[in-house]
Amino acid sequence: MTPGADTTPHAFEAETPRLAKKKFLHDAAEHVRDTGHRAFVRKALGGYYTSRDAQKARFRDWEQARDAASLAKWSAVNRLDELLPTFVANFEANGGRVHWARTADEARTIILELLRDAKAKAVIKSKCMTSEEIHLNAALEQDGYGVVESDLGEFIQQLRGEPPYHFVFPCMHVRREEISDLFGKHLGTPPTDSPEELTMIARRHMRRLYVDADVGITGANFLVAETGQISITENEGNARLTAALPRVHIAISGIEKVVEHLDDLAVLLPMLATAGAGQPMTCYNTLYAGPRRPGECDGPEEMHLVLLDNSRTAILADPEQRDSLHCIRCGACLNVCPIFKNVGGFTYGTTYQGPIGSVITPHLRGLADWNHLSGASSLCGACTDACPVRIDIHHHLLHNRRNAAATSPSRLERLGHRMFVMVASRPWLFAAGGAMFRKSLWLLKKLRPPLLRDWLATRDLPAAPARSFRSQWRARS
Amino acid sequence: MTAGGDTTARDTILARVREALRVPAPLPHMKSHAAVAAAPAGPDSLTILPVEVARPWLPDGGETAEERLAILTENLGKLRAEVQRAADLTAAAAQVAALVRERGWKRVAWHTHPAVEPVAATLGCDSYRLDSTSFDKDALEACDAGITACDAAIAQTGSILVSSASCGGRALSILPHVHIVIVTLDQIVATLGDALDAIRTKHAGRMPSMLSFITGPSRTGDIERILVLGAHGPKELFVILVG
Repeated sequence: MTPGADTTPHAFEAETPRLAKKKFLHDAAEHVRDTGHRAFVRKALGGYYTSRDAQKARFRDWEQARDAASLAKWSAVNRLDELLPTFVANFEANGGRVHWARTADEARTIILELLRDAKAKAVIKSKCMTSEEIHLNAALEQDGYGVVESDLGEFIQQLRGEPPYHFVFPCMHVRREEISDLFGKHLGTPPTDSPEELTMIARRHMRRLYVDADVGITGANFLVAETGQISITENEGNARLTAALPRVHIAISGIEKVVEHLDDLAVLLPMLATAGAGQPMTCYNTLYAGPRRPGECDGPEEMHLVLLDNSRTAILADPEQRDSLHCIRCGACLNVCPIFKNVGGFTYGTTYQGPIGSVITPHLRGLADWNHLSGASSLCGACTDACPVRIDIHHHLLHNRRNAAATSPSRLERLGHRMFVMVASRPWLFAAGGAMFRKSLWLLKKLRPPLLRDWLATRDLPAAPARSFRSQWRARS
Repeated sequence: MTAGGDTTARDTILARVREALRVPAPLPHMKSHAAVAAAPAGPDSLTILPVEVARPWLPDGGETAEERLAILTENLGKLRAEVQRAADLTAAAAQVAALVRERGWKRVAWHTHPAVEPVAATLGCDSYRLDSTSFDKDALEACDAGITACDAAIAQTGSILVSSASCGGRALSILPHVHIVIVTLDQIVATLGDALDAIRTKHAGRMPSMLSFITGPSRTGDIERILVLGAHGPKELFVILVG
C-alpha cells in the first residue's frame, strides 16, 4: 500500500485487503452463473451502443477529436505542477476557498469541520465518485448528519445500502419492481412498474430537501485553470439544485481534474457525453466560479473545494501509467468490457469498476492486493478503443501484471515460464512434448489435476488433433 | 481552513506533484499527429491545443445563419425540447400567454431582462419577479414555470447557455417544472467554442458565478436505462426563437 493511502471498510469492499482476490473469484463465479442478471445488464446496455454510435457519427472525425481530447488532458496532467496552483489562485480570486487533503481521512475531517462551521442540519448531495472513494456518507452519518443522495440512481443505491454498481449508471442492475418495493418501504408510495412514475416519486420526495438543506455537496468533472471555474456534468438537474439552493456549496475533486483552458471543454464535454452515455451533450454542464456575486439573484454564500490527492500523485509518479489520470470518468470502458458485463460491478469490490478501475485501484490501494483485477481481462482492447481520451487501458493491465511479477513473483509461475523457455527453445523437445501431450490429453481430462480443476469446472478440453501443427503445415506445402 | 495542517497538506501535495513530474511521460498514442503539428512550435509546443484546431473534427454547427438555425432546431427537437418561432417579443408574449392559459398555470417566475420583461408583462396569471433582493426559494419552488433569457444558443449540440449574471441567477432555470427560454436569433452560435468566446467577451474576463449549458429538458436513464424526462430539473423546456 502506498504511504498515506487510506481505506475504510465498506459494506461491499473486502473486509481485509488480503481477501480481495478470494472475494473477487467467488463473486465472479457467482455472477457468471447468474444468467438472468447478465442478460438484464446486457439488455440495459443495449440501447447505449446504438445511441453512442449515432452520436459518434455526428463527429466529423471522431478519431482526431479523441486526439484533441487526449492531448488536452495530457498537457494538463503533465503540467499539473504549474496548472494546479494557477487554478487555485483563480478559484480563490473568484471567492471560493480551497482545502487540500492528502488522504481520504483528511478530506473527511475537512468536510466535517465545514459542516460544523456551517451549523448544518440537513445535507443534500449530488453524485460524486470522489465522495464514494473517501466513504464520505458513512462518516457524515456517524457524526449525526442526515445526508441525502439526490441523483436518482445514487438515491436508490443509498436506500438499498449498496455502493454504485457502475460509476456512471449506479443502479443499472436493479429491476423496476425492486425499486417500486424499495420506494414503498421507505417512502410509503404505492407500487408501480412505470420508470416514469418511479422517477416522479423521487422528484417529489427530493424537492423540499433541496430547499431545506443548509449544505450542498457535489463533485467536479473539470477544474479550469485559466478561469478558476469548476465544471459539473449531470443529466437530472440535481447537481444544479444542490449548488443553487443551500447556503454552503462544498465540491470535492481529485487533483488530476485540471484542464488548462476553458476552450478545452468545447472538446471534452461533447466527447464525455458521447462516449459515456451516447448523448450529444449531457443535459446540464455547469461551470461554477465561487459563491453568489453581488447583484446575482441567488446562490450559496460560501463555496469550498476539497482537493484530494489520495495516491493520485503515486500514479503521476509512474510516467508509463500517468495517462490513467486523463480519465474523465465517462464509463465507456465499463460499457464495452466483456468482463464487466459478465462479472458485474460489485465483484470488483472497488470504487471505480471496470477496466479503468482495474488499472488505477492497485495504485490507490496496493498492487499486491489488487493485481488480480489486472488478470481479469481478456486483453481484447475494447476499453482502449472506447476511451475518448485514449488511455492505453489494456496495456496498463499488462503493466500492472508485469510490475506485480517483478515485486512479488509467484514461484510457480516462474518455474512454469522457465520450463516453457527450456522446451520452446529446443525444437526436438517441443515436438516430443507436443506428441506426448496429444496422446495424454484424455488422461488429463480424467485425472483433473488440482492445477486445472478450476479451469475444467466450466470448460471442456478440446479433442487432441491426431497430428501436430508442424506436420500438418509440412503436408500442405 | 485556517489550521496550519492545511498549508502542510498543500505543500506536501505540490511537492509530490513536482517530484512525480521530473520524469516526462510519453505522448499519448494518436491517430495522426495533426493535433501535434497544429500546436505552436517551441518547447511548450504541446501545451496549447487551440480549440480551432479541433473544430473541423467536432460535430458541425453550420456555416451560415440559416444552417445554424436549422441545425439548432433539429437538435432541440431530438432532445425533446419544444421549439416555437416568434416574429418579435410581442408575438412571443402572446405565445407564452397562450401556454399559461392552456396549462392553467397559477404563477410564473421571471427576471428583469429586456427580452423577458415584455413577455412577463402579459402573462395573464400571477407572476414572481426575481432580482437580487427578492429571491425566496419557497416562492420560486411554488411557481409552475420560469422564464429566462439566455447568453447563447449552440447549434452544434442544441444547448442553451445561461448564466447567473444575465439569466435570473441559478435556480430560476432549474427549479420550476417548466423552463421557458427566450432566444433572439442573433444569439445563435455554431459551436460550444463560439459560445465560450461570446461569454468571455460579454463578461470581460470575470465570469459569472454560474454558467450552464442546458441541453434539453432534465432527464434520467437510471431505471433500467429507460429515458424519463423531468428527473429533478424542468420536465419541459420551451425554446422561443425570436426574430
